[in-house]
Amino acid sequence: MSRIPFPFLGPTTPTIFERSRPGRSGTSVPRPDVPTRPLEELIPARHLRASPPRLPEVPEHEAVRHYTEISLKNHHVDRALYPLGSCTMKYNPKVNEQMARLGGFAGLHPFTPVDVAQGALGLMHELGDMLGEIAGMDAVTLQPAAGAQGELTGVLLMRAYHQSRGDVQRRRVLIPDSAHGTNPATVALAGFEVSELKSNEAGRLSVKALREALDERVAGLMLTNPNTLGVFESAILEISELVHEAGGLMYMDGANLNALTGIARPGDMGYDIVHFNLHKTFSTPHGGGGPGAGPVAVMSHLEPFLPMPTVKSEDGVLSLDWDRPQSIGRVHGFYGNFGVLVRAYTFIRMLGQSGLREMAEAAVLNNAYLSARLESCFPLPYGRGMHESVFSGAELKKKTGVKTLDVAKRLLDYGFHAPTVYFPLIVAEAMLIEPTETETKEELDRYADALLSIAAEAESDPELVTGAPHATPVRRLDEGRAGRELDVRWSFPEG
Amino acid sequence: MSFLTHSEADRREMLAAVGVSSVRDLYGDIPASLILDDPLPLPDPLSEWEATSLVSGHAARNAELVCFAGAGIYDHHVPAAADHVLRRSEFYTAYTPYQPEVSQGTLQSIYEFQTMVCELTGLDVANASMYDGATATAEAVLMALSVTRRREILLAGHLHPHYRQVVRTYTQGLDVSLLSVGPGESGTVEEKALDVTDATACVVVQSPNALGLIEELSPLADRIHDAGALLVCAVADPVSLALIRPPGEQGADVVAGEGQPFGNTPNFGGPVVGLFAARKKLIRKMPGRIVGATDDTEGRRGYVLTLQAREQQIRRERATSNICTNQGLNALAATLHLAMLGREGLRQVAETSVQNAHYAAARILELDGFELLYPDTPFVREFAVRTPEDPRAILSRGLERGLLAGVRLGRFPDLETPDGLLLAFTEKRTRAEIDRLVDVLAGR
Repeated sequence: MSRIPFPFLGPTTPTIFERSRPGRSGTSVPRPDVPTRPLEELIPARHLRASPPRLPEVPEHEAVRHYTEISLKNHHVDRALYPLGSCTMKYNPKVNEQMARLGGFAGLHPFTPVDVAQGALGLMHELGDMLGEIAGMDAVTLQPAAGAQGELTGVLLMRAYHQSRGDVQRRRVLIPDSAHGTNPATVALAGFEVSELKSNEAGRLSVKALREALDERVAGLMLTNPNTLGVFESAILEISELVHEAGGLMYMDGANLNALTGIARPGDMGYDIVHFNLHKTFSTPHGGGGPGAGPVAVMSHLEPFLPMPTVKSEDGVLSLDWDRPQSIGRVHGFYGNFGVLVRAYTFIRMLGQSGLREMAEAAVLNNAYLSARLESCFPLPYGRGMHESVFSGAELKKKTGVKTLDVAKRLLDYGFHAPTVYFPLIVAEAMLIEPTETETKEELDRYADALLSIAAEAESDPELVTGAPHATPVRRLDEGRAGRELDVRWSFPEG
Repeated sequence: MSFLTHSEADRREMLAAVGVSSVRDLYGDIPASLILDDPLPLPDPLSEWEATSLVSGHAARNAELVCFAGAGIYDHHVPAAADHVLRRSEFYTAYTPYQPEVSQGTLQSIYEFQTMVCELTGLDVANASMYDGATATAEAVLMALSVTRRREILLAGHLHPHYRQVVRTYTQGLDVSLLSVGPGESGTVEEKALDVTDATACVVVQSPNALGLIEELSPLADRIHDAGALLVCAVADPVSLALIRPPGEQGADVVAGEGQPFGNTPNFGGPVVGLFAARKKLIRKMPGRIVGATDDTEGRRGYVLTLQAREQQIRRERATSNICTNQGLNALAATLHLAMLGREGLRQVAETSVQNAHYAAARILELDGFELLYPDTPFVREFAVRTPEDPRAILSRGLERGLLAGVRLGRFPDLETPDGLLLAFTEKRTRAEIDRLVDVLAGR
């Protein structure tokens, strides 16, 4: 039931700075072949730094060994299941990496004249069209660099729309209490106010609470669907109608789109805006914390406000459209995370229409199967979700004193990654598990067996669990101390 | 082709365990009217080979040029070893290190990245990355608004126009004013032109600025600090930091910059990597992830995400920023490249770039009708020239000779300069290529 254990790695890997010895170098740099002059003649001495930045001095192979050694301490998708709920940690096809590194993409300068960048613009245009079809919406911007930036784009689009209609008093955005933290943070960043709506006993947005909250100050509703409990908002058509009747807009956080691609479309549900997370649904790697990409699709009434530039196609000739007087402006220095777009494009073209639907179905089936294996031991307070389910460790804690955090840490000993824990906030001792479609039945069984085994350990030997992890490169780390005694950069020894 | 693994038998067995007869039964919560009857109007699936051919075809329709364009994205060499390590799936198929005990590789590399960013900028603390230089600058402005509780932002006239536009986008919903401080005769910000008041939250100055000119930050810093405001230095060309006095030493409170030239190819402008560094006293107001060192239960050194109470997953609408996913892998690319370059290597990259640029400038100034926009102000490796003819004609001639002959200044109306070309030089450019550029400019 356990996965490959972590190799023995010794106590601590020194930092790259501790491996440094003066005079060593890890790469060769071309010397100028033009006639040279002393630097001080080119740049006045008062502008020059007195001493160089203290970068490490190591030969190439030392650098490679250093980073290889620390890499071995990472859990990652290519090792075993990584079921972080709401993160969609699916397998990252290797061909995507090759495609993004093609010279015509990787080496392309963003100020290359568009007539010799037609391939890049063509790919962007086609990807935008495909995402529009998947969303059931009319127009797409690819510029946002991640989901949270897609959200910011979406809220600024709401603002621009209402302002264009003279509805300047609409500054309140409704958000359910189960939402991702990025939703309220984004609303505040855009200068709007957050109104939190309570979920009902089924884990869904309460239509009653919504009715009570709607008024002429509401700019819109941000609603993840399936929501962060993995539960589909089955009253979505009524919700959309109510919000629209009240003059608000419907924003879908697309974090959980993996459950729906090819099955149902946000546009048909009454949403006006949706953001995608290409690093979740469309297989681009999470990179240890990015890069992601957060394209935003909108209905036609919001199209004039999209960030500029957009990609335009006329008679097969592609160009960048800057003439967008109502645009909210730029959200990125250039055109967004283009290299991520290449990967997602490759993935969508390989899966095609049938593959995208099968992807969603398999994600839902995998979650249903894993939920069925686990629910006898870990209750589902809001029932089984679609592509992810939220389990509660509250009963286990009551019975044994073992917390969800302990279960999560013990999973690491079994060679798996933990689920997302203590989120959504509305479930006590929450474990949000999202297996994704790229796991075999055997892997799901191993994960379920590991969790069931940990539950048994919690009864028979609770200290084994509360003391976990035991078999990881480091044991439980003192996070409190890290916050109190800040050490956020290497301190060079004096002299 | 798909990446699914279930056989028909697996599916049956799993459905039976769930207690339903078909996958569609699992979609019962979705109103029937919303379930698509027909497949999406998307293309048919492709095999890996077919997809490779298709995508390679798109790539082939982009010209691969000898690059003299900069303006925030620079064409540097990425060592093979750096890209090799970057392709380790231990790094690129992991996510944000939420479970530190099995994420020490990612965490330690971020700690090393933060250290390198501090060393380059001359500041005390740095975060794990932002999306790019433009959004890092916008976040620095938001931080200054929050720290000072003031409502005015002063932007240098020669701030990268895209950075200015992103700042405008990020602040449009807030009750704040964006003001400009125009460049003096030197093309840089002059102390006497600074109208800093007790309403000013921060002054944003880019150095080298959007025309490649080195700004004198120290005299500005004193004046800004006297008024209780923050000096934000935007750095669109971080290679300059190898040679130029670091902004932190010159009084900058925050450096928001672009790290692309370190280990990241141009990628049509993304993914790249935003840098964010600040004085220590500002750390609790900083956006983004921060890694700190600590000990485990056995006293071994290890790394964790720290000060998370600033962040959206804890603080929600009171967070310092909404950022979650950042540019982790791009920060790792920068770390790898900088570790391999070391002190001398980075200095050499900068010095070769500087020598190439100054050789080119001297040759270009020999041509009739070409002059530097600001002949008396020092630049590092990028400069702006007036051209005797429409720069578009020069760029077209360049394309015929396989060159990207700079960036046309006319693209940037915000800079309020005459039209001309902005030319940038890296360690990759050879004398022969520069001479070819000079021929293209001269119409030879």
